[in-house]
Amino acid sequence: MRLAVENLSGERGGELIFSGLSFALDPGQALLVTGPNGAGKSTLLRTVAGLLPAASGNVEFSGGGETFPDVQAACHYLGHLNGMKTALTVEENLAFWRTFLGGPRLSVDDALEAVGLSEIGHLPFGYLSTGQRRRTAIARLLVSHRPVWLLDEPTSGLDHASEARFSELMRTHLADGGIIIAATHLPLGLGHARELRMGAG
Amino acid sequence: MNEKAVPRWTEIANPTRFLELAGAVLPWLSSAAVLVLAAGLYMAFAAPEDYQQGITVRIMYVHVPFAWLSMLCYTMMAGSALGTLVWRHPLADVSLKAAAPIGAVFTALALATGSIWGKPMWGTWWVWDARLTSVFVLFLMYLGIIALTRALDDPGRSARAAAILTLVGFINIPIIKFSVDWWNTLHQPASVFRLDGPTIDPSMLWPLLVCAIGFTLLFLALHLMAMRNEIWRRRVIAMRRLSARAAEIKPAEASR
Amino acid sequence: MLALYLRDVKLGLRAGSGALTGALFFLAVVAVIPFGVGPDLNLLARIGPAILWIGALLASLLGLDRLFQGDREDGSLDLLLGSRDRHMLALTVFVKCLAHWTVSVLPLVLVSPLLGLFMNVPPLGLLAASSTLLVGTPAITFIGAVGAALAVALPRGGLLVSVIILPLTVPVLIFGVAASRGAVADPDPFLPPFLILSALTLFFAVIGPAAAALALRSSSD
Repeated sequence: MRLAVENLSGERGGELIFSGLSFALDPGQALLVTGPNGAGKSTLLRTVAGLLPAASGNVEFSGGGETFPDVQAACHYLGHLNGMKTALTVEENLAFWRTFLGGPRLSVDDALEAVGLSEIGHLPFGYLSTGQRRRTAIARLLVSHRPVWLLDEPTSGLDHASEARFSELMRTHLADGGIIIAATHLPLGLGHARELRMGAG
Repeated sequence: MNEKAVPRWTEIANPTRFLELAGAVLPWLSSAAVLVLAAGLYMAFAAPEDYQQGITVRIMYVHVPFAWLSMLCYTMMAGSALGTLVWRHPLADVSLKAAAPIGAVFTALALATGSIWGKPMWGTWWVWDARLTSVFVLFLMYLGIIALTRALDDPGRSARAAAILTLVGFINIPIIKFSVDWWNTLHQPASVFRLDGPTIDPSMLWPLLVCAIGFTLLFLALHLMAMRNEIWRRRVIAMRRLSARAAEIKPAEASR
Repeated sequence: MLALYLRDVKLGLRAGSGALTGALFFLAVVAVIPFGVGPDLNLLARIGPAILWIGALLASLLGLDRLFQGDREDGSLDLLLGSRDRHMLALTVFVKCLAHWTVSVLPLVLVSPLLGLFMNVPPLGLLAASSTLLVGTPAITFIGAVGAALAVALPRGGLLVSVIILPLTVPVLIFGVAASRGAVADPDPFLPPFLILSALTLFFAVIGPAAAALALRSSSD
């Protein structure tokens, strides 16, 4: 299994944000994308996730077998938005994504336990604080299996305890042979992660 | 505020006090409603038939109370709206929100029974005359208020909006009441509440009044129950929000 | 896919006002017509089915702009788009349309006989109007999905969606009204326009979601 990005350029609104990016990741490897605001971190992640067309270059994913023919099928994309409905309870939200995304892994209860939200699974998502909402979104990564995690500022709104817990989850994912690309300006507590520094312009 | 100087009215304003009071009054109110309604319906069936309308006149004993209550309920809601806007009484909003669905049901029943009565009398289920139309508009207004009170999750914000809407819509109530006098309508004019006394025969007036009292008691009982539910509902929401916050604080303390 | 349907239905019901507002709008539109044309019951009976159709058309346009907007605002749309290998995007749109129709449009169909009564429409006409609405309104939702997908990125897309969609719904309106008139007016047939109406719904059930999926894919930014 290998995720290779070759000479990738991304644009947004007709403007070239970055160009000529190349990197390759093997199972167990993580890439931290750093850089100032507007450097194109989010655009890069969205392009890799297939939500934006690449201006040039390509993203290749190999060795995923039948289940994961390309990156889009093989990735979890965690953007700025949590993708949860405020009117549904935390459990209903997660149970929906578990069924819809397929490849179920942890049960909803176990995933909530892993992010430390097991007590409030029955509450509507709208009642939660910013940090709790983010942790629910992180629990989504756990309920269905994807080898590649694309994380855009995953720790925004998290306190120290939750950040540490999330680092632990990421390390477990890498140890299981997963791949992580995370855009962040905070150290994520991943010891041997590579770093891709994107400059503005 | 000085505890001693607080009159009774604000004492009921305390929701806990209100819940106790409602709990004590409700059984009596409900049983009174059932008894009076039973008596009223018995009297209605014992009353003589109308020489023109025959048996169908008995629909009057439910139709007229429903129609009266649809207006009474709205008037009460307008009072509650004033309570929300002027005195900021905490229970006024609860009262308004609880009354709206009940009022809508009574209005719908008034329309439905009127329609059933109208079919044999006028030969059609519905005509667009002033009385019927204005009551239909009242029904739409009830539904609008219900939609508005439920549109927002935050009770405080929806309260003022609903109160304003209710007060604006109150214009319709005198229109309904006097529509039969102002316009030439198919609907018969008022025969009970008139300046020159009721024109309806006492043998029909008494069952009608007993039925009306029975339905009013029923309305009051339903309204108290609905208010109680609404208070409980708000408490559940508050407690759930609280527990979400408590869950946030606990792990932070544990890790320290 | 069933999970998506259930989620959307649950959301529609729990947000509460959505379905009620549509039905209320329908009631209000139909109630206003007699003030405009006068309370002549014979006239109302004749134009009743048409009024029901126009009212239902306008009311079902009402919530359509929210079809994808809610999902876009909270980021769910990205995830729905992202799982298009697993679930064909057009199918996802189709299911969302069905859920929207169940929650927002089906209540309109259910209250339409009652409103027909207000219009003094004869019983057979009521039956015809309701059944044409039942068969024809899904087409409006499917067409609307295209407009909703095109306008999803716009902040004030609501009005635009209606403007885009209305011309496209004209054939549905023509055959819907023709069929419901055919049931009561004698020389006009009922079955041919009714079958054409069903065909239109089936046609748009395919075209609408496919076009909407295409629009959604290009809307992502």
